[in-house]
Amino acid sequence: MRYVIIGNSAAAVSAIEAIRQHDAENPITVISDETHHVYSRPLVCHLLGELVDEDRMHYRPLDFYEQHQVEPMLGVRATAIDTQAKTVLLAGGGSVPYDRLLLAVGGKPFVPPVEGIDLDGVFTFTKWEDAQKIDRYIKDNDVQSALIVGGGLIGMKAVKALMARGLQLTVVELADRILSTSFDHTASKLAESILRRAGAEVITGTTVKEIVGKEGRIDHAVLQDGEKVNCDLVIFGIGVRPNLDLILPEPERQTGIRVNRGIVVDEHMRTSVEDVYAAGDCVETYDMILEVERPIAIWPHATRQGHVAGCNMAGVEKTYAGGFPMNSEDIAGVPTIAVGLTDPQEHEDEYEIIEKYDRAALTYKRLVLRRDRLVGAICVGDIDRAGIYTGLIRDQVDVTPFKEHLLSGSFGLISLPKEYRKHIVVGEGIIV
Amino acid sequence: MKRIYVNEEYCIACRLCEVHCLVQHSQSKKIIKAYKEEAPQLMPRLVFEEEGPLSFAMPCRHCADAPCLDACITGAMHRDEETEAVLCDEDRCVGCWMCVMACPFGAIQRNLKGTKAASKCDLCYGEEIPACVAHCPNEALVFEEREQ
Repeated sequence: MRYVIIGNSAAAVSAIEAIRQHDAENPITVISDETHHVYSRPLVCHLLGELVDEDRMHYRPLDFYEQHQVEPMLGVRATAIDTQAKTVLLAGGGSVPYDRLLLAVGGKPFVPPVEGIDLDGVFTFTKWEDAQKIDRYIKDNDVQSALIVGGGLIGMKAVKALMARGLQLTVVELADRILSTSFDHTASKLAESILRRAGAEVITGTTVKEIVGKEGRIDHAVLQDGEKVNCDLVIFGIGVRPNLDLILPEPERQTGIRVNRGIVVDEHMRTSVEDVYAAGDCVETYDMILEVERPIAIWPHATRQGHVAGCNMAGVEKTYAGGFPMNSEDIAGVPTIAVGLTDPQEHEDEYEIIEKYDRAALTYKRLVLRRDRLVGAICVGDIDRAGIYTGLIRDQVDVTPFKEHLLSGSFGLISLPKEYRKHIVVGEGIIV
Repeated sequence: MKRIYVNEEYCIACRLCEVHCLVQHSQSKKIIKAYKEEAPQLMPRLVFEEEGPLSFAMPCRHCADAPCLDACITGAMHRDEETEAVLCDEDRCVGCWMCVMACPFGAIQRNLKGTKAASKCDLCYGEEIPACVAHCPNEALVFEEREQ
């Protein structure tokens, strides 16, 4: 029996580790269009910012493939899946047969149609290769300033990298505030002021309309409202979407693999086609708070889903219960954590909000409760012990007995009811 | 595996667990030197909680299914093959604090003055009994193998 995994990031790596926990024998082939050995995508911004060296990009040892008896096919693009013949077709001809296939193909950066997008000096920013290209461009062209399109998490990563490189930055965000999907209004505005204090310009409520070149390089960008932004470099960091290239467009592809916003999987991470599994940023899974299936493209989920997929592929049953968004992001030196539903837009009367804002100290905490259960948390500036909130959200604990302590400075496990504290402290199998 | 268990009823808030944790993880391993010369770069690797008459120390639970391992983007957080302890390789940690976000016990702290890395219990790697347990005068901390 042969396992084939398309992809080489978080979900793929933890699937390999899970398979090898249960099956030391059968061959595993990894197909990746990137040439790099296992590396951490979230560290790409640290690399570009010269905050880590290339060695630290590898979050598994360099003998990972040998240790796990994996045959890596790196720099090889899978172009199609023949689910009838159970083979993966490769660019330039050739194919790889599989008995069990894992699609860990990740997300694709979304780039809107903008005039001038093909100019040199316009980049997306998710892969190692992107960091290398941007780095080279900065050095070769004496880049002094950059426009970052998108004030979400990828935009913030670009800010972190380029601020460390000493560039003059402008961030433009289409929504009326940055980080609008993970933060509420107050946290967003606080984040904007933190960025401005650090020297970046932040423009909201508009986006780039045109990028204008002069003598082979970028001269400036024009925003929708006509404003001109001088910049030598443009990074699109609007967001990623599940990579469905191997499945869409139907009917040409005819894999039979069901997709919605992402690849549809069951709790075993199985797709609608037998022996084909999927995990990571390419799938949609159960959002435990919104109670809908949707893509939540974050590292911890990819790792967990890859683990569950790997166990099931090796014949050991394991289920994935779902998750909720969570992110820890450094904004110009200020740590922030956002977990769950932080800014409910519908049925607002069902939610109770508790907040604590210290403008001078640049700290803000906001907790969102629904039916006396915590469903969301934002911590800006002070993130210590934020994981306790994550646990309360996960376990849907009734917080009524200790609600008034939730935002107190001494909040901790000590604030929780004794039975619950004992339960979580003694329980072994913690899954978040 | 052997884990540290907490008997909060027996804790008298002497905080010797914190003191000896810090000393054990110092260069000199000498109490005066550690506190006079090596602190404040050092910090205890457990969290001490106290409110009125109730108190306890909260070291990492070394979860069998540890959320911090899923969350770590650098590979710094790893499970030691020999002891099964969850350890943090502080040289690899970049301080993204995903583990702080993920740990439902709040047992991982940020060492902002020293390593700038995640700071957590390593069960006093190489020692037979962790220092906090060895120096707890009231058996509020015990190191045992228990049925889970």
